[in-house]
Amino acid sequence: MHPSTWLKTDDTGLYCEPGEFYIDPMNEVATALVTHGHADHARAGHHRVYASPETLAIMQTRYGEDMATHQHAVAIGESINFNDVKATFYPAGHILGSTQILIEYAGYRVVVSGDYKRRHDPTCPPFKVVPCDVLITEATFGLPVFKHPPIEHEIEKLLHSLRVFPERCHLVGAYALGKCQRVILALREAGYAKPIYLHGAQLKLCDLYKQLGIDLGELIPVSEVADKKTLAGEIVIAPPSALADRWSRSLPNVRPVVASGWMQIRARAKQKNAELPLIISDHCDWPELLQTIEEVNPKEVWVTHGREDALMYQAEKMGFKAKALSLVGYDEEEQGGD
Amino acid sequence: MDAFSHLLEQLYFTSGNKAKAQLIADYIANTPDPDRGWAIAAMAGTLRFEFFKRNTVKKLITEHTDPALFAMSYDYVGEVSETVAHLWPYSEPSDSLPTLTEVVQTFASVSKQKVSETLAHYLTIMTPAQRWALLKLGTRGLRIGVSARSIKQILADYGNKDIKEIETLWHAVTPPYVDMLSYLEGKADKPDIENAVTFHPVMLSHPIEDSDINAFTKDTWQIENKYDGIRVQLVVKPNNAVDDKTQKGSGSDGDESEKALFSRTGDDISHSFPDLLESVSGNMVLDGELLVIHNVEHSNGLAKDSVKKGGSNVKAQSDDKGAFASSATQPDVDTFNALQQRLNKKKPSKALQSSAPVGLIVYDALVLDGEDLTDKTLKARRNALEEWFQKTSNSRLFLSETLNATSPQTLRQLHTQVCQNRAVEGLMIKRLDSHYVPGRPKGQWFKWKRDPLVVDAVMMYAQRGHGKRSSFYSDYTFGVWEDSQLLPIGKAYSGFTDEELKKLDNWVRRNAVGRFGPVREVKKELVLEVAFDAVHPSSRHKSGVALRFPRIHRIRWDKPASEADTLANVKALIEG
Repeated sequence: MHPSTWLKTDDTGLYCEPGEFYIDPMNEVATALVTHGHADHARAGHHRVYASPETLAIMQTRYGEDMATHQHAVAIGESINFNDVKATFYPAGHILGSTQILIEYAGYRVVVSGDYKRRHDPTCPPFKVVPCDVLITEATFGLPVFKHPPIEHEIEKLLHSLRVFPERCHLVGAYALGKCQRVILALREAGYAKPIYLHGAQLKLCDLYKQLGIDLGELIPVSEVADKKTLAGEIVIAPPSALADRWSRSLPNVRPVVASGWMQIRARAKQKNAELPLIISDHCDWPELLQTIEEVNPKEVWVTHGREDALMYQAEKMGFKAKALSLVGYDEEEQGGD
Repeated sequence: MDAFSHLLEQLYFTSGNKAKAQLIADYIANTPDPDRGWAIAAMAGTLRFEFFKRNTVKKLITEHTDPALFAMSYDYVGEVSETVAHLWPYSEPSDSLPTLTEVVQTFASVSKQKVSETLAHYLTIMTPAQRWALLKLGTRGLRIGVSARSIKQILADYGNKDIKEIETLWHAVTPPYVDMLSYLEGKADKPDIENAVTFHPVMLSHPIEDSDINAFTKDTWQIENKYDGIRVQLVVKPNNAVDDKTQKGSGSDGDESEKALFSRTGDDISHSFPDLLESVSGNMVLDGELLVIHNVEHSNGLAKDSVKKGGSNVKAQSDDKGAFASSATQPDVDTFNALQQRLNKKKPSKALQSSAPVGLIVYDALVLDGEDLTDKTLKARRNALEEWFQKTSNSRLFLSETLNATSPQTLRQLHTQVCQNRAVEGLMIKRLDSHYVPGRPKGQWFKWKRDPLVVDAVMMYAQRGHGKRSSFYSDYTFGVWEDSQLLPIGKAYSGFTDEELKKLDNWVRRNAVGRFGPVREVKKELVLEVAFDAVHPSSRHKSGVALRFPRIHRIRWDKPASEADTLANVKALIEG
């Protein structure tokens, strides 16, 4: 039976009828399979949740121990049966604990890739190419203008700016889960050994990363710095929304920096009031999206959210059948994970 | 080229005019001639190439990338230069980039056949940021938040001069401004501009406030119609005085005068209006309104007649429509719509020149018979102008009629009365003792526009904006009812605040029901109160009407769409 007859979308998300589960549902449901911990994919209040141990830990950190009645940790490569449907979790390379989910039913293989990227990320194993009939992909940066530069290059821009403006506090807006830790690790890899200062919203998740064995070096909450003037010439990481917030006014001579895949578009950087835009993304850029479609080589490509028009057009040009699922709610522009 | 690209990048991301000015001043101080002069020209918008244009770029990119993907990318990015900078498919970065001067000279001399090839080569050896700077040279309009006026201010500060001095110099000097820059640095004398046909920065007015109207007193102000054309400056010099190197006028056809017509912002628009320029001679700088005037050809005799009887009826009564100061012939003025077909025409055909002839309604003179009048009062300038009109015969020049009011009350009555004539946009009210000062001095000249027309329309489609509004749904097509159907009557993308834009953008995203390429169709539920200056019949639109300068006046979140206006309501507002 073709997957379009048993894998459906509704206002809550993507629903597998014979397995009676949702993947990354928007609302509370009986059974949810969750690909990763970003807030627009992982919600609290489901009856049963299946996810990687790291994703469950992230959800507990954010929503509390009781974020779902039953919590099932699924190991990478492990398969679980839901009625006649078999679901297997594979790494997606997006953030700590992120997975893609292979669904097998009635002779068809469908991969729900969640959010993913193909670049090296020290916090998670790389994206695995899983052969399938239908590849369900995101298209957050699904336009040929998006070509993310190497992260080393962007981190060097930040370090250069610190040298040119040693009197300015470099306030980096970065999403609290994934982006923040990736920026910290890239700074460490570039040899930046000084303490890095954090907005309160970044603390809990950085602590979790440390508990899970990821060394982020010395981190100091901004709230524990008595004399904020001493933050001149230092790096402070905060949620992007805090850049324009009253909170940042206590910092000395702020140079606003934003780390996001959107920073490639000048006007976007300007809208976020970034003086120094860093193009750092946890999603595929355009060449990586095309590379993935080629390597997975499915019969059909379904696109969940993002710039689906262009990706569908290109996939069809490459000889694949393509359609848009137009899932609502994955608001990648507002809620981060970019 | 790298330094220029770096400067643009810095300017783009730096907010605050002071910081931007500092960056530019540093660049000027640290960059050699002639590179810095070309950069100034690029920022001030005075750099133009014959073959390197927006269309050259668009054509090139569609030859080298998939046009559909380019269109989708452009829709998202909202700017051609940046889209191309990212999309250009070849990259062979070079350590030896050409200088800005080399780039400018190459594009200035390149043939039409070679321009694409040259551009492609440059794009290939540059980074996306450098490509963006390069493309901005050709597409103009840098959008880095630096106006031509602020460049002049920066130059004035750089040379410790008054901005007025830069303003007068500006239109007599040409890129790369080597003479001007060495003058500003105290290394050379001031460039000689004595005999050049140059633009003189114009004096501008403020919108009138209630308090200004209430403070109106008799015999202090000159009142005129505010015409609905375009503000221009007509400059005429006797040819023998012109130095060939500095001449900018293009209106000479071998007669003895050197002349040019400039727009309000100093663009030379002479080429579009040969009919007007051919008719004038003398030694003068006139400030006036350019309009389509139908009786220019026939009025010659009458204008001569007017010489005899002119002068006595200078103080025209507001109710005396025929009293056109010293010129007995009242201009038969057509609408702005009619003028529009003459604007931006490089070479207007003879047929167009005779079906839509242009003339000038003169309201001020900066120079008359070679004498500079800018330090005289408006009253004195007006008297000189009236005398000049009496002794001069020209079929295309008309003296602006002065109107009369004696109190705030009669001024208000006059405004109401004048606005009934749809060819007039309102009133101009100028202090009789005002000197002619470039810029917008306070309390000297006021404009009192007619109240805009408004209709309640329903939003039908939305499209993403450009520039700083990239990604926001900021362009709205709206319609009015005909029976049970909505017919689109126009498109607006201004009039709302940033806060309102966010709300509208959010509303569009939540209420989108369909998509046609970049256009989103929305639920027909939101009423927009649209303001506009006029309605014209139009065969291009299904609704049969076209609005002039429509903008969002208010967002009627509260009003049900069924209560929006009908097409019949809108048609009733058509002028004439």
